[in-house]
Amino acid sequence: MAFPIYKYASPMTFYGLAGKLIPWFAWGAALLAVAGLYIAFFVAPTDFQQGEAYRVIFIHVPAAWMSMFIYLVMAFWSAIGLAWNTRLSFMMSRALAPTGAMFAFLSLWTGSMWGKPMWGAWWVWDARLTSSLILFFLYVGIMALWSAIDDVRRSDKAGALLILVGAINVPIIYFSVRWWNTLHQGASISIMKAPTMATIMLTGMLVMAIAAWFYSIAVAFYRVRGIILERERQTEWAKALLGAQ
Amino acid sequence: MHWASLSDFLHMGGYALYVWGSYGMFFVLVLAEIILLRRSHKQLIKRLKRMRNWEDE
Repeated sequence: MAFPIYKYASPMTFYGLAGKLIPWFAWGAALLAVAGLYIAFFVAPTDFQQGEAYRVIFIHVPAAWMSMFIYLVMAFWSAIGLAWNTRLSFMMSRALAPTGAMFAFLSLWTGSMWGKPMWGAWWVWDARLTSSLILFFLYVGIMALWSAIDDVRRSDKAGALLILVGAINVPIIYFSVRWWNTLHQGASISIMKAPTMATIMLTGMLVMAIAAWFYSIAVAFYRVRGIILERERQTEWAKALLGAQ
Repeated sequence: MHWASLSDFLHMGGYALYVWGSYGMFFVLVLAEIILLRRSHKQLIKRLKRMRNWEDE
């Protein structure tokens, strides 16, 4: 059976669908986070080189991944929106941006909390760190651009263009540790080769990463419902909904 | 379990500031996002309802 994608591309149906899915993702995120934190603090052993300081990676890596992934999803929706002028696409990227910015900030914050004891510096102008900082500024810049333009359609399009131009930064972040001689270590996990870390540490990190995914989906769906309702307030279904609630 | 006591756990092998500083900021921001989101959603619904009532009159 084909998923009725065209049906769910309508803001009205998506409003209902998102509302039904939010509790599942929210509870999934909460349960996974509890399991992940249990592994992070009570199952995973002390690192023989870094001592307990390495436990920061259980949130640092998921936050860094999420900040990049959310950006790519926003770039995807922006491209779709610009190509087919689909209303919901622009709303989706708006709903994702604040959460992406939060994860970008958290990846910088947790990274510096790990860098201080390990490298002896809160911050260095290394290619990985600098490109991650640019990602955070991109998120902030995109949100500023949206709020600076009053006309919704123009605002959506300008934002989408900036998102697409800025997307070049994501592969730069990802490959920075390979292209440049960075202080930041290389990837611990890669599709091409076996991970270079203990299985239990990897498990904890992946569980936390999935929790971050679920969290982002739940929060973005919640936010997009508000955006849908505000933009569709003149339609019959939205009026009926607001009258009935 | 590799923690001898609660204080041993909190001490984090001497890295308490960095470990708890990271996790602390993480949960403060996540919690803040959830609270702010709920609040602004409620305000939005209120505002939209008010606008709808004006239109009806």
